[in-house]
Amino acid sequence: MKVKSLADLKKIKAEVQEKIKLREQGENADKIVQIKVAMATCGIASGAKEIMSYMIEELDFRGVDAIVSQTGCMGYCYAEPTIEVIVPGQSPVIYGFVSKEKAKEIIEKHIVKGELVDGIIPVTFKTIDE
Amino acid sequence: MAENKMHILVCGGTGCRASQSEQIVNNLKAELESQNLNNDVRVLTTGCFGFCEKGPVVKVVPDNTFYTEVKPSDAVDIVNEHIVKGRPLQRLLYKNPKNNYKVTSTAGIDFYKKQVRIALRNCGFVDPENIDEYIGRDGYEALGTCLSDYSPAEVIDIIKKSGLRGRGGGGFPTGLKWEITSKEKNDQKYVVCNADEGDPGAFMDRSILEGDPHSVIEAMAICGYCIGANKGLVYIRAEYPLAINRLKIALSQASEYGLLGNDIMGTGFDFEIEIRYGAGAFVCGEETALIHSMEGSRGEPTFKPPFPSVSGYLGKPTNVNNVETFANIPVIINKGAEWFSSIGSENSKGTKVFALAGKVNNVGLIEVPMGITLREVIFDIGGGIRNGKKFKAVQTGGPSGGCLTEKDLDIPIDYDNLIKAGSMMGSGGMIVMDEDDCMVSIAKFYLEFTLDESCGKCTPCRIGNKRLHEILDKITKGKGTEQDLERLKLLSNVIKDTSLCGLGQTSPNPVLSTLLNFEDEYLAHVREGKCPAGQCKDLLKYEIDPDLCTGCTLCYRNCPVGAISGEKKSVHYIDQSICIKCGVCFQKCKFKAISIV
Repeated sequence: MKVKSLADLKKIKAEVQEKIKLREQGENADKIVQIKVAMATCGIASGAKEIMSYMIEELDFRGVDAIVSQTGCMGYCYAEPTIEVIVPGQSPVIYGFVSKEKAKEIIEKHIVKGELVDGIIPVTFKTIDE
Repeated sequence: MAENKMHILVCGGTGCRASQSEQIVNNLKAELESQNLNNDVRVLTTGCFGFCEKGPVVKVVPDNTFYTEVKPSDAVDIVNEHIVKGRPLQRLLYKNPKNNYKVTSTAGIDFYKKQVRIALRNCGFVDPENIDEYIGRDGYEALGTCLSDYSPAEVIDIIKKSGLRGRGGGGFPTGLKWEITSKEKNDQKYVVCNADEGDPGAFMDRSILEGDPHSVIEAMAICGYCIGANKGLVYIRAEYPLAINRLKIALSQASEYGLLGNDIMGTGFDFEIEIRYGAGAFVCGEETALIHSMEGSRGEPTFKPPFPSVSGYLGKPTNVNNVETFANIPVIINKGAEWFSSIGSENSKGTKVFALAGKVNNVGLIEVPMGITLREVIFDIGGGIRNGKKFKAVQTGGPSGGCLTEKDLDIPIDYDNLIKAGSMMGSGGMIVMDEDDCMVSIAKFYLEFTLDESCGKCTPCRIGNKRLHEILDKITKGKGTEQDLERLKLLSNVIKDTSLCGLGQTSPNPVLSTLLNFEDEYLAHVREGKCPAGQCKDLLKYEIDPDLCTGCTLCYRNCPVGAISGEKKSVHYIDQSICIKCGVCFQKCKFKAISIV
């Protein structure tokens, strides 16, 4: 795919945003959950890779429809591995010090039942959109 | 779906735990149980809210009510008022100190706006290996706008008006740098991204390249358009394999989309980027040394002028900017110079990323508006000093910077104020020290680093720093004299005055600033032969108090060198000539009979 002009880029942007929107508000709105795993050097060193693959396997195994993706450093380097769980219609929740046990608990309770679990890290910054 | 109707989040950070937050959790649970609400409401312990000053903090969701300075005895009221009757408990709400209004939710508390993410806007938000996600977040729109709607001079004007200054340390106005390079007439020019992050403890450039590589690529292309270059080079240290890998993926995706290469977005502008690897020498962060290293020569600095903007890579005009500086560019174009310059202090606009490290609770990467105070950074965002110890100093600017102390906590952080206070912004390393850190050893640590990293070109830096290190070593071993302190000052000033590049000119800074702020500590070392922080091994002695020793033989059995002697149930004794001061006996003793003198 080649971007041939600024208008072209904006078209792609609209499409991409549409895709992300679909992810969030699609037919399975109340089922598709997004999980972002912080995978910068600090996260990987603390085992984020294992947690990410564990979560993918565990979600698959349970038949839970969720998108697990990697992202950069969230800044909470003291609490790696860090993951962000976005349940559609709710504000995103960040968990720190995620071990396999914790990941399992998050899947079982937060993602499946919608209950929050111990170990939440409150967000302490504002974004450029605010 | 949700089995619980409400959640009560209680902060479980060190600060709040010290103020009995665990007791609050227990009391809340007990009260909920007694009212038969434990199935409807769940009590959770969270990580640090960062608002330790007003701790313990309790937040109730989904209505996001935020309570501060909660005591364990308040649990009953929270349950009765908020949970049972459904109205916020007025007396525990946070009061805005400016107007005394009570604030109900976190959104209304100024504290949560202390961090503003501009350079890190996409870090931890997008998938760095997927260009679509970057485009979805306004990615490459700034480049498109520049190419189709603005002339190079207009773009430079926007950057100049924004007040953006170089984030790599020097703080040179970015717009001006671009303008100088753009005015040079030459058939070939270069854009260089300096990703040779070398300060111990600083890792913001790596995190940006790992978390949002496209923002740097986009900004380099914009810079190329402005200065009239069609070739970009990223100079990155080989120790950053993940950043390199993600950058490579991003480069190939951008080329595939035609956002790099020939005729970008049909505007006739060509731009391509190559990666150059550095071997991780600190001095190669200096512009001229970096360029020599890229050319394949030894990474040694040369005299300026000529500046790289006149004669840089292969003798051609070259614009060198740091990763974080580039990451700010697309946002400035998209949101305007006025928006950017509304953030920050008078002469330092925008935000700065700091790598907060050392003895603070929340070690990590933070991005704050210029003009914020050190107190806010260390105590509010950083969550205070670990283990309830006392704050002693904070080192900013890495090995070129200096130490700031208690008296500097309330100065607004920006380029000029930090220099006035005897330190510098540097690339943004911020290492916090507590009462257990010995300042002479800290100065020695930084000198060890410069000693390793000096390229050896200038004699004062090569030999002078070695001598400085020897004197400091002597002092930490208790063999220094008061004359040595004078010699330290004199030699430091000679090195500063006679070195060619920034490395030598700033390498004695840690020595000078610790001498200035902690002279009594140096004096304690040379006069009394004591290390007040108890760090210098040669100056401390472990002794057994005969009144407290029970003769349990635990220390005797654990001493790795057999320096302790004594019979069972009689007082033990440490032979100082054998003792290696490992501290094992001190840790093992159950009767506090061993003390450091």
